[in-house]
Amino acid sequence: MEGFLDFAVNRIIPALDAGLWTSVLLIVPASLLGIAIGVIVGTARVYAPRPVGKALDWYVSLFRGTPLVVQLYFWYFALPYVSIGGVNLVLSPMWASIIGFALCSGAYQSEYIRGGLLSIKRGQLRAAQALGMTPLTTITSVVLPQAFRRALPGCGNEIIYLIKYSSLASIITVSDLTGMGRSLAKSTFRNTEVFIVVGLYYLALVTVATFVLRAVEKRLELPGFETKKD
Amino acid sequence: MDQPAILRVENIVKTIGGQRILDDVSFAVKKGGLKVLIGPSGAGKSTLLSCINFLSPPDSGVISLDGKPVNGKSKKELLALRQQVGMIFQDFNLFDHLSAMENVRVALIKVKGLDKRAATNRAMEELARVGLADKPSLYPAQLSGGQKQRVSVARALALDPKVLLLDEPTSALDPELIGEVLTVIRDLADEGMTMVMATHQISFSASLADEFLFMEKGRIVERGAPAVLLSRNSGSRTQSFCAKLSELAGDASCEIAS
Ligand SMILES: Nc1ncnc2c1ncn2[C@@H]1O[C@H](COP(=O)(O)OP(=O)(O)OP(=O)(O)O)[C@@H](O)[C@H]1O
Ligand SMILES: [Mg+2]
Repeated sequence: MEGFLDFAVNRIIPALDAGLWTSVLLIVPASLLGIAIGVIVGTARVYAPRPVGKALDWYVSLFRGTPLVVQLYFWYFALPYVSIGGVNLVLSPMWASIIGFALCSGAYQSEYIRGGLLSIKRGQLRAAQALGMTPLTTITSVVLPQAFRRALPGCGNEIIYLIKYSSLASIITVSDLTGMGRSLAKSTFRNTEVFIVVGLYYLALVTVATFVLRAVEKRLELPGFETKKD
Repeated sequence: MDQPAILRVENIVKTIGGQRILDDVSFAVKKGGLKVLIGPSGAGKSTLLSCINFLSPPDSGVISLDGKPVNGKSKKELLALRQQVGMIFQDFNLFDHLSAMENVRVALIKVKGLDKRAATNRAMEELARVGLADKPSLYPAQLSGGQKQRVSVARALALDPKVLLLDEPTSALDPELIGEVLTVIRDLADEGMTMVMATHQISFSASLADEFLFMEKGRIVERGAPAVLLSRNSGSRTQSFCAKLSELAGDASCEIAS
């Protein structure tokens, strides 16, 4: 039996590096899409006409109220059997995962954005209106920059969660970090070593993400918008 | 020489939740004029001011600017109206994420379409005008109440309004900060800015106003020149209201500051 170090260097790390790339290709687009969805949905839930807001509330409840695994199963295994206007959509495992993560993450992100929006005092909206700003200008120039700063800590946390729940992609056959780790463990029977290293990879991803998010927060920090350090 | 009114308010009625908040209110301001709205809390002063720029649209009545009645149904007309009518709020309502200069600049860029450099120059001029030339980069969280209110005046002035509406501009300020804001308002009046101001600073405004409008329960119940209404034996509502206010404030100065 090889020693742990040799095994890690020769077998685990090469396999996981390939998986790491796949994971990054999942996480980055999914989190960006998630934020985009969160901003649009969160804004619409606060400012759009009632029926639209109601429909979006349902979207959020649905995606927050069902297990992510079930959502992924739906996108990958069930969607091909759903005929939309005569067309059956078949998603690759990667796309099913990205869409699944983005929609789920977007639901959570919209909650943080919504909270940020609601924290803006009505007086500022009146002031913007009194200056002759259109509703759209008011939203883009007054509301969102503040809401985003207030929402940032929550949104950042959601991205950290996304990094970790991206491991669920492996159950719909994506060869991400977890997927690669599992096949390697299966073929070598060295579960302990493999999964310890897999864990370390996620830890590294989360650490990098935390660092980047801190830097962004620092960059956007303004007097009156300080985020509490924990 | 009878100058036409720059702002005319005719028969404004406003109902909120079945309650008549404004009941047939009319007045007109000439260029350079200053009308002061006085009256007890709940009289409808704030509501009247926000009817003028349609922040809360009147149910009926006519607002005319420069002789042209405003069509409240046209969004375009309302946006144009609001660029010409500045508003100062009791609690400043500065944009918290923008520095003093950016607060003044933002509407110049986003509403007037000025380029950044021209807007910045203009914003700096307006800040200098309210005595804040040395504080352009401070954020609202770093400014005192008096400074915040002066920034908000600069922000309104930057759009070159024809009329300025002021809703109790000093009511949210600590006593020692009121003076700096009143000085700015006095300067504006001296420069000929047309204004409608709700205030409890009666003796201050008496020296500037061309007319006092005393409001109660949504109506203007008394109007006239400050000197007439405040004269000791006028028996006016304004006089007794003013006397009551100064009694509460603990000073006896319910006279025209000279
Ligand atoms: N959005 C609203 N909903 C219900 N009632 C309102 C609303 N806005 C104003 N009112 C009522 O309208 C009346 C006039 O209010 P307004 O704020 O115009 O008075 P004001 O003269 O400015 O008083 P203050 O000196 O306290 O500022 C009050 O009775 C108030 O309760
Ligand atoms: Mg008021």
